[in-house]
Order: sequence, then C-alpha cells, then structure tokens
Amino acid sequence: MDIKDLVVIKLKEKFPKNNFETSEFRNELTVKLDKKNIVNVCKFLKESEELQFKFCEDVTAIDWAKRTDRFTVVYHIFSLKHNFRLRLKADVDESDCSIDTVSSVWKSANWAEREAYDMYGIKFKGHPDLRRMYMPEEFEYHPLRKDFPLMGIPGSLPLPKKN
Amino acid sequence: MGLEAKLKNEGFLTTTVDALVGWSRKSSVWPMPMGISCCAIEMMASGDPKYDIARFGSEVMRFTPRQCDLMIVAGTVTYKMSHVVKKIYDQMPDPKWVIAMGACTSSGGMYRSYSVVQGIDQFLPVDIYLAGCPPRPENLLNALIQIQDKIKRSKAREFQDMPLPELPVLQNN
Repeated sequence: MDIKDLVVIKLKEKFPKNNFETSEFRNELTVKLDKKNIVNVCKFLKESEELQFKFCEDVTAIDWAKRTDRFTVVYHIFSLKHNFRLRLKADVDESDCSIDTVSSVWKSANWAEREAYDMYGIKFKGHPDLRRMYMPEEFEYHPLRKDFPLMGIPGSLPLPKKN
Repeated sequence: MGLEAKLKNEGFLTTTVDALVGWSRKSSVWPMPMGISCCAIEMMASGDPKYDIARFGSEVMRFTPRQCDLMIVAGTVTYKMSHVVKKIYDQMPDPKWVIAMGACTSSGGMYRSYSVVQGIDQFLPVDIYLAGCPPRPENLLNALIQIQDKIKRSKAREFQDMPLPELPVLQNN
C-alpha cells in the first residue's frame, strides 16, 4: 500500500470522530487538523508501529494577515522507515493565539516552537522554556507578522552609545 | 641598510617626534580581526602568502583587543551583535582606528532589514569605509595603506590626554 494512503487510513481508523482535510501537492501529503487534537495526533504518528514518524524537522507558522483564522502552524515530520515526509497544519486565531506544544513528543520541536513564538507570537501551551530564540528578550514585537514594518520599529532595539 | 652608510661619520640624524612616532606606529598596525561573516574569509585570505598582509607590518592578528590598534569589522553587524562589537572596541587601547569592511558594515548592504544595523558609524567612529561585497584582499590592503597614511599624518600628542571610556561592569550570567 502506498504510504500516503496508509497515513490517511490509519489516522481515520484511530481518530474516527475528527475531521482531517487532506491535500496533495507535488507528491507531498498535507493533513489539516483541528488544533485541539495536535498532541494526540502527533503522538500517534510517532509511536505507531507502521508509520514511525520519529523525526520532527520543523515547526513554523504562516501569517495570513486578514483571514479569520489568522495563523497556520505547520509541522514537517519525517518517517525514516518509509522515507516519507508529512506536513501537518493547524489553524490558530489571533484572539486565542495559542496551541499545545508538541515538545513532549519530539524534543527537536522545543527550539522550533521557540522560533515560531519569537517570530509570530504564537504561544505554545505547556512548553518547558518558551523564551525568544533570536530577538533580544526585552523586544516587544514579532517580526515576521505581516503588520510588522520591514525596517522595524525605530528605537525598539537598543544600540550602544557612541563616545 | 643605506641610512647608516650615508651617516657614516655623523652617527645621528634629526627628525621630529611626530614624524618618528607616526612612522613607527604606521609600520606595525596590529589588527583586531572582528570577523563576523563572509568578509572575514577575505580578511583571512589577505593574510595568506599570496596577498601577504605582513608586507605592511600587520600580520600579527591579535585575538585579544588589548593588544590591537586597528579594528577590522568584517561582516554583517546585527543589533544584537553591535553591543559585543562596541564592548570589544572599548577594550582596545588608544590610539585606535576602525575599518568598516564591506557593504554590510558600511551601510547595512543588502540587509535592509529590522535586525541589521544600517552602518556601524551609528555607534563606532569609522576611519575607512571599504566598498565591496565582499571586498577582495587587495581592496583590504588598499584600505590598510590609507589607514597608514592617516596614522603617519597624525600628531603624537593628539592622543596624550584622552580620557578613558567608562566601561560597564561585566557580570557573569
């Protein structure tokens, strides 16, 4: 059986009540799911004997600016057993700008989630150490949001004094 | 060497203190290699036998700022890094000079962005702006020669009564 079909069948078998939207682009499978299920689904995909998505490559986000669900959190996970890469997507709205952390499932998600938090301001609930990854800790903005100006906000990043 | 042959019987020569000090300073400029990104590769290349920065008396790249008098800032300076660059600059003894090597350091270069300082002259006194992305080693040597000219022209007394900058107290954390 093709691995793409296997993933979808196994997910529907394990979570019959949940709604999974699947799409395919250039031979890559994307599964869209509700953000409430993210930890359970990730745990299953990793621990399932047939699938074994043991490698979390990246956690990042998309800012859609004016859409109702403003952000989409994107997970790229890889199965070494099948040499297959799966993309998971979950929508997050600005009013409740948070999603459960998957750093308990994959340790590599820890820093990736910190980066997504730094750049987009999405809070990962239950994250062990949610600090900024790149920007200084006292910085107040999230640079990859679409409403952040390209040249930044004057005076928000301190420069040393000229003597 | 020539000079002593000419002064065979006299055994002395007259000059000014400024000229003597300027000459000795310019002939042994010790650079602080502040290599931050790709410009640093060209800076390293200028030390190899092909370009040989030793011809100008500047082969002693010191990795401690306390023994340097020329800081070559080679690479993109971000706002986060700017504090480190300034801290190192403040530790260098006077007199000291700065080369802003490459487009990023001089003006932000292609990084017209919120995170990159748009020219290090916002927090450092720059003596030479060096064009190129990255500049070739010949170009760096040219900048060094120009710095040497500047040093030669400077008066020895200019740096005598310079007040020490107040350094922030560092805490280990």
